Amino acid sequence: MGSLFRSEEVCLAQLFLQSASAYSCVSELGERGLLEFRDLNPKVSAFQRRFVGEVRRCEEMEKTFTFLQQELREAGRVLAPCPDNPRAPLAREALRVQEQSEQLAQELREVSRNRASLRGRLRDLRQYLHVLRESRRFTSLPAPLGSPPRSRALSEREPLLDPSLHQHLDRKINFVAGVIHPWRVSAFERLLWRACRGYLVASFVEMPEPMEDPTTGESITWVIFVISYWGEQIGQKIRKISDCFHCHVYPYPESEATREDTLSGLHSQIQDLSVVLEETEQYLAQVLDKVVLALPTWRVQVQKMKAIYLILNQCSFDVTEKCLIAEVWCPVKDLTQVQDALRQGSYKSGSSVECFVQRIPTSESPPTLIRTNKFTAGFQSIVDAYGVASYQEVNPAPYAIITFPFIFAIMFGDVGHGLLMFLFALWMVLYEDRPSLRQASNEIWLMFFEGRYLILLMGAFSIYTGFIYNECFSRATAIFPSAWSVAAMANHSSWSSAYLATHPVLTLDPNVTGVFRGPYPFGIDPIWSLAINHLNFLNSFKMKMSVVLGIVHMAFGVILGIFNHVHFRQWHRLVLEFLPEMIFLLALFGYLVFLIFFKWIKFSAANSLVAPSILIHFIDMFLFTSNADNLPLYEGQVPVQTVLVVLALASVPVLLLGTPLYLWCQQRSLRTSQPTLVASREQEPLLEGQEAGNSVNATKEDVESGGHSPDAKHLDLAELFMHQAIHTIEYCLGCVSNTASYLRLWALSLAHAQLSEVLWSMVMRSGFVGLRYVGGVVLVPVFAAFAVLTVAILLVMEGLSAFLHALRLHWVEFQNKFYVGSGYKLCPFTFTPDHWE
Amino acid sequence: MAYGGLTVPFIVMSVFWGMVGGVLPWLVPKGPNRGVINTMLVTCAVCCYLFWLIAILAQLNPLFGPQLSNETIWYLKYDWP
Repeated sequence: MGSLFRSEEVCLAQLFLQSASAYSCVSELGERGLLEFRDLNPKVSAFQRRFVGEVRRCEEMEKTFTFLQQELREAGRVLAPCPDNPRAPLAREALRVQEQSEQLAQELREVSRNRASLRGRLRDLRQYLHVLRESRRFTSLPAPLGSPPRSRALSEREPLLDPSLHQHLDRKINFVAGVIHPWRVSAFERLLWRACRGYLVASFVEMPEPMEDPTTGESITWVIFVISYWGEQIGQKIRKISDCFHCHVYPYPESEATREDTLSGLHSQIQDLSVVLEETEQYLAQVLDKVVLALPTWRVQVQKMKAIYLILNQCSFDVTEKCLIAEVWCPVKDLTQVQDALRQGSYKSGSSVECFVQRIPTSESPPTLIRTNKFTAGFQSIVDAYGVASYQEVNPAPYAIITFPFIFAIMFGDVGHGLLMFLFALWMVLYEDRPSLRQASNEIWLMFFEGRYLILLMGAFSIYTGFIYNECFSRATAIFPSAWSVAAMANHSSWSSAYLATHPVLTLDPNVTGVFRGPYPFGIDPIWSLAINHLNFLNSFKMKMSVVLGIVHMAFGVILGIFNHVHFRQWHRLVLEFLPEMIFLLALFGYLVFLIFFKWIKFSAANSLVAPSILIHFIDMFLFTSNADNLPLYEGQVPVQTVLVVLALASVPVLLLGTPLYLWCQQRSLRTSQPTLVASREQEPLLEGQEAGNSVNATKEDVESGGHSPDAKHLDLAELFMHQAIHTIEYCLGCVSNTASYLRLWALSLAHAQLSEVLWSMVMRSGFVGLRYVGGVVLVPVFAAFAVLTVAILLVMEGLSAFLHALRLHWVEFQNKFYVGSGYKLCPFTFTPDHWE
Repeated sequence: MAYGGLTVPFIVMSVFWGMVGGVLPWLVPKGPNRGVINTMLVTCAVCCYLFWLIAILAQLNPLFGPQLSNETIWYLKYDWP
């Protein structure tokens, strides 16, 4: 993986593919996923391309597959993903797939249609059955005499008398029986009453079991109605009204006997129909089984075939040599593999002539290829999110593997929180092969999962910085005994209990012997977490730390630029850009780092009252003034600072004008050598006489082109000056503002520390109030609240915030010093499952 | 542990991170990932060492002492050595 430091060498190549073996060659190349094909027919529309017929055929097959998949989904079957990796099919295989799939689709359509019609018939029969059964109630014999009398209110709903008893009446009772949608019942009743008042009796009863509505498919409890009426006209009216309301009307036999016959006939019909329907369903299941078996493989095959034809459409056809020419971007290391793939493809298609690959020179910038593994992919992706590296420029990713989690950890430093984050990431890493983790549908989870190694390192570094900040869930630990001795101070200043009672706050003085015994060996002393003025100390420490680390990070960025200058053989940039940049940075901000370290080492509590302020010295350095109250840090400070400022200011014009002037001199020296060539060419035709018009024209053109180049270079120089001016201003102003920008390391670590302190003292501490058993019970919900708030606020919110700021520091402050990031990625043509849904 | 000032921790940490950054890279087995692992080791050593160094140098000569409440002083007088 040496290619992680800069992108691999990628060349432009031409593939000569024989027409017969073009398909299998591209199939082989797709299986290996090495090359990116370029479109050689950009102006041709999709319909005019060479292989448009084949593409259309693939799309038709895909339509059939979609239909089959829909049918499967409606039947509740699940389509399994394709188990093996089938290769793209050859022409006759593809034909077979097309025929089989269409045949299956046809069968499926027919069977579904049959089933639907059978079901409809069955439903009708069952409705009729229910109508007959329920309406028996209304037309049965009257109740025996012993039954309780019915109230008048139910008189309209009373079961009618058997019409056979009314045979002697001159009016004959007729019946209309049917089924109506339950929502329409009241409107139906009202309309019947208004239209045929008094000449009919309508009875409604609900069906005992719900049935499917043919139009909407939902199951509804239909309402059966039986209307008995007198007179022919009323009958017609009733039938028209029931038509309007979309009721299913069934013929209602008059006599009891015919009704019984019809009932038994219906029963047998329903039975027969159910048997036929069952067999149809079985056949349908068989067809669906066949589809489930074959469909996954077909889909993958046809997708591959379509992809290959789309690629072949991008090639240009050479009529004279009867072959397709493809232009590809190919990594130089893989050229032998490409040749091997072409050989295999030619062999598989049975052609005798081999296809071959040929490298061609190009002036275009090739795409960037950086090979990563599962560990480095996460870090490379956060670098690529800002901009893909230009071709063969230095890649910041291998350094970001460590600096990004480190800078995150500075803002997040806490042992407890770091440990939780580390364990979470460890769980994801150890179980990364489980499909339930890998193929979840939640996008946010997938983002966390893909960054599992990043989170692992972030957690590990947070544990380290947590130990240095001496914070574990905001509590300090005294792994080593504290360096500050309260007893010594108390003995020296005779702090008796009475004295302590009257003075609520007292300060330890490091000047007193025995009070301060030396620096705490690892991290921040635990006494500071008990001190009231702990922020005074911590702020000073964290601000200086942020500035020091920021300047080191930026200097590292400038140094990485050396690799770029050396690789692209721009030696002048080493002297004219890198050197002034480094001098500017180190003379001003490197000196600031020196001042910080110097003051830490040289000044102590003995002269703390007169300790100079670094900030005032730094400001005075720029303004060339001095402040009488601010003592110098060392002898000869003023002349040293003057020299450094002059050096830094002197490097600015070098940075501004160095490279453009150098390039201009280069152009001039080239131009002074060119006129001699032009002059010699001008003399020749005068000597030969104007024999061939071509040579004269050619000479004239040469002169003209020779005249054009200085003009063109002039324009380039103006651009170059402008570009360099912008770069200089950006760099110099950026040095100042970026150094200040690194103070966000201090700000966020302060915020994190304060938040976790608040959470502890206001949430968890209140659970320690009661020291009896009751206190133990109270502690459980208090701890639950503490845990939830810790995870939600401190881990998730603060974690995302620190991640974002670390990312910004890398993208802007670090990468501005050397990274251009204007490349594009190599997207090889490949059949990997990432491309499938 | 008797306080020896700066020397003992300085030697211990310098040796430790010096080993991580200077000796371990030679022991990494040859493979395609050797370059990246070496970069990681050196960067990690430099970052962590620098961070520890800043923390200890900031406390080397404190210009002022901690301000404690009387309850804390009362407790620490007897509890801490």
